[in-house]
Amino acid sequence: MSNGSVVVQGGSLALKPGYADHAADALRDLRQSGDAVDFEVEHHHDVASTIQLGFWIYLMSDCLLFSGLFATYAVLSGHTAGGPSGSQLFDLPSVLVETMFLLFSSFTCGLATLAMNANKARATVGWFAVTFLLGLGFLVMEVREFAHMVSIGAGPSHSAFLSSFFTLVATHGLHVTCGLIFMAVMMVAVLRKGLTDTNRARLNCLSLFWHFLDIIWVGVFSLVYLFGVVH
Amino acid sequence: MFGKLTLSAIPFNIPIVMGAVAFMVLGVIAVLGIITYLGKWKYLWTEWLTSVDHKKIGIMYLILATVMLLRGFADALMMRSQQALAYGSNMGYLPPEHFDQVFSAHGTIMIFFMAMPFIIGLMNCILPLQIGARDVAFPMLNNLSFWLTAGGAVLVNVSLAIGNFSRTGWLAYPPLSELHYSPGVGVDYYIWALQISGIGTTLTGVNFIATILKMRAPGMTLMRMPVFTWASLCANILIVATFPILTVTLGLLALDRYLGMHFFTNSMGGDPMMYLNLIWIWGHPEVYILMLPLFGVYSEIVPTFSGKRLFGYTSMVWATMAIALLSMLVWLHHFFTMGSGGNVNAFFGITTMIISVPTGVKIFNWIFTMYRGRVRFDTPMLWTVGFLITFTIGGMSGVLLAEPPADFVLHNSLFLVAHFHNVIIGGVVFGVFAGVAYWFPKIFGFRLNERIGRWAFWCWFIGFYVAFMPLYALGLMGATRRMDHYDVAAWHPLFIVAAIGSGIIFLGILLQLVQVVVSIQQRELTRDTTGDVWNGRTLEWSVPSPAPAYNFARIPVVRDVDAFWDMKQRGVDLKSATFVPIHMPRNSATGFIMAGFAFVVAFAMVWHIWWLAIAGLAGVLVTLIRHAFNDDRDYHLGADEVRRIEAMHGRVQARSM
Amino acid sequence: MNVANESVVGHAPHGAHGGHAHGGGHGATHKSYLIGFLLAIIMTAIPFALVMEHAVAGTPLVIAFFAIAQIVVHVTYFLHVNGSPEQRWNLTALLYTAVVVCIIIGGSLWIMYHLDLNMMPGMPHGRVP
Repeated sequence: MSNGSVVVQGGSLALKPGYADHAADALRDLRQSGDAVDFEVEHHHDVASTIQLGFWIYLMSDCLLFSGLFATYAVLSGHTAGGPSGSQLFDLPSVLVETMFLLFSSFTCGLATLAMNANKARATVGWFAVTFLLGLGFLVMEVREFAHMVSIGAGPSHSAFLSSFFTLVATHGLHVTCGLIFMAVMMVAVLRKGLTDTNRARLNCLSLFWHFLDIIWVGVFSLVYLFGVVH
Repeated sequence: MFGKLTLSAIPFNIPIVMGAVAFMVLGVIAVLGIITYLGKWKYLWTEWLTSVDHKKIGIMYLILATVMLLRGFADALMMRSQQALAYGSNMGYLPPEHFDQVFSAHGTIMIFFMAMPFIIGLMNCILPLQIGARDVAFPMLNNLSFWLTAGGAVLVNVSLAIGNFSRTGWLAYPPLSELHYSPGVGVDYYIWALQISGIGTTLTGVNFIATILKMRAPGMTLMRMPVFTWASLCANILIVATFPILTVTLGLLALDRYLGMHFFTNSMGGDPMMYLNLIWIWGHPEVYILMLPLFGVYSEIVPTFSGKRLFGYTSMVWATMAIALLSMLVWLHHFFTMGSGGNVNAFFGITTMIISVPTGVKIFNWIFTMYRGRVRFDTPMLWTVGFLITFTIGGMSGVLLAEPPADFVLHNSLFLVAHFHNVIIGGVVFGVFAGVAYWFPKIFGFRLNERIGRWAFWCWFIGFYVAFMPLYALGLMGATRRMDHYDVAAWHPLFIVAAIGSGIIFLGILLQLVQVVVSIQQRELTRDTTGDVWNGRTLEWSVPSPAPAYNFARIPVVRDVDAFWDMKQRGVDLKSATFVPIHMPRNSATGFIMAGFAFVVAFAMVWHIWWLAIAGLAGVLVTLIRHAFNDDRDYHLGADEVRRIEAMHGRVQARSM
Repeated sequence: MNVANESVVGHAPHGAHGGHAHGGGHGATHKSYLIGFLLAIIMTAIPFALVMEHAVAGTPLVIAFFAIAQIVVHVTYFLHVNGSPEQRWNLTALLYTAVVVCIIIGGSLWIMYHLDLNMMPGMPHGRVP
């Protein structure tokens, strides 16, 4: 059944306590008719999987948001208006360190998910705390990079290339920030209420979000930093 | 402290604007006054404003759209009257900088705050019922989406009274929309109104896709879904795929204006043409977002009023998906003349012509459904036949414009204006009216007055042709769009005819308002007691009118396309003997409050009141987090209560022992 | 026959999905994260090394290749998207998104290259013919 609910045609049924009188009549009718069922009286749909699909679709829309920024960057990356270009500005070793921060944080996020599946609430929070710190490290490095560029006169208002660079990378950074806020809220939630169904569904969403951000970063470091230095 | 906002932002010296503002303010006071007089504030808050019920949210969307239709149409009347007057030595009554705001507001309002809310309203009211679901996947998000849209609409209306609206058309092309050429607040109002309502719309897209994919009744496979559901699925996929691009593009324009960046400026490497490229990547799919659900509406109406199954269900589904996919491959036809050259223009010209093919398939399917059917010309069918004729003409003018050489002559002429109004009014607006006429009994529990409905249809139909056929001629004669004044004698009579046409449409709108009032007064005479006034074919007609809060006491098991028709053929009894408690979501103020804060952010950003914008943003975040920690979100409606409600609608089986 | 046929079915109470959440749950194993992580490190190191050591020919293509490959690794090993029935809609949505992303980026590059070529003399032109 598409919705995760069960319809039984004849045979035995497991009944919810308290429904015995009504169910007996329905069952009797059912057995007498011999037909397949026309209605489902008791109906549930799979909430967790609906939430996950909904969040996934939102992530796809976010992907498309980034594709607009990537397209803009790709078109305008050569428009330096006589100012500095990527190869003159980008500090690749530092970008590599940032990338490692984020990649490691993706891994620890995965460990947190495994802890959650194994019902270990404190381990889950612990691994998310590590993920949080790694993500924070990434952000700190990025902010420092931006501050440096602004200080040497290569801020976002100095050329179309710089506008699109700052906007693309900072939008990713803003998403990371939102992810950290989400993470902090969830850590509090799990500490307070444990690994309830709601918290699990939300933690799944959080880890989807976090991995997705690392995917976008792969695009960023490849298309922006590496391409930018090569050209 | 208040950024750029001062008392001089209110245009006390422009009588026309102050008159409109006075009218608007009086209207608002009247509504607030009536609610107070009737003592209905608590009722309004608990039953409607905080409702997470898709049916109520749908009704609120429809009301919003109706109000904004009047606002956008007022702009239309102003433009038509101005252009009928402003020939030669007569400058008309609207100075250019006012006229520019009028056409900008007209387009922005009609697309974003009339057409989209009407369509989302219809989807909300009907779609969950059609698939046998109890609500959408994310009811609270649904409420938030509505209030974000409403917030955007309110912002546009506020711009009339405080400051001014943009003068850059409904798409705000740079460099005109850049700070250098538009230093005022108009473009900022435009940007922020669309950003907050755009987020609402994107969330709606997510919501409905999840709903359609995950919450269908058992047995309803994809190829057993009603065509309206299919069309809505495709439209919502387009929403999710393209609204992010609108968000990005307006965001980049905002960055240019607020932080001095150079995406679309004339200097420092900026490229205004990139704006057009991006905005039309959104803009073209947008018109299909508008059109597809209404194609779905027609696909429900034609079989019902022909008493026949829809001809070519499978081809209808494939045609809908083909249109959705192709709509992402045609966007350059909006700027053939910008200079991309023969190869690029040829590619997009060809794809644009191809997209008319699946549309043609649909038209033939509707006609073949009617053929040899027993066609009843109730109002929904009148609107539908009006659509078939009108949209076909508009589609043909579109195929003409799809040829780059022709477009080089006709781009941005009144021919173009005639074309898109032809397809939008003939397709979208007629479809909305058809859908409302069709589903009104289901939504409200009584019927609309048929006679007045007919009169309204004929006024709209005749009025449309009188208003827009002259524009085709004018375009071919060289008249450009968005003119506040002209000097060609031959154009003048045509503009006068067009103005008369707009007057006839105005009569149609008045009749529609009268129709609603009269129908409400007569509602006891036209009560829908069975839930199935038209002998319908899909599941929404299997529940009482209006549907109870939980929609279905028992979820039907679907065996075939036209699920309800199939149930009727098999003689399935809609009465039930067994009732169980139903799990229901609680109402929530979160959406209203978050959208309220978002509105504050938007207004503050327009007027550069930075501390207020930050405070508003904090408010959004805090409300969201508080909502996350709120566990009291649902309840169970007891079995006895369900039985009582079903009994009220005659849906309880007499118990035989 | 006018008898409505109904089923009244009991379900386990809400909390009893046990320790197994849906979505990322099924494919999540230590092995998958470890393999994904190591692959990702390698696929990051190689392009960085190439660029930082100033290797020349074909470098852009290599960068692009590893970027796409690493994204596939992330999607498979971290997001657990595969062809299984639970993941079907996720995969469909992902593939559709990928197509649209290509249309947006590719289309924009093609169009803007031609527009700049024809309409912006003197400006640097993009790299895509």
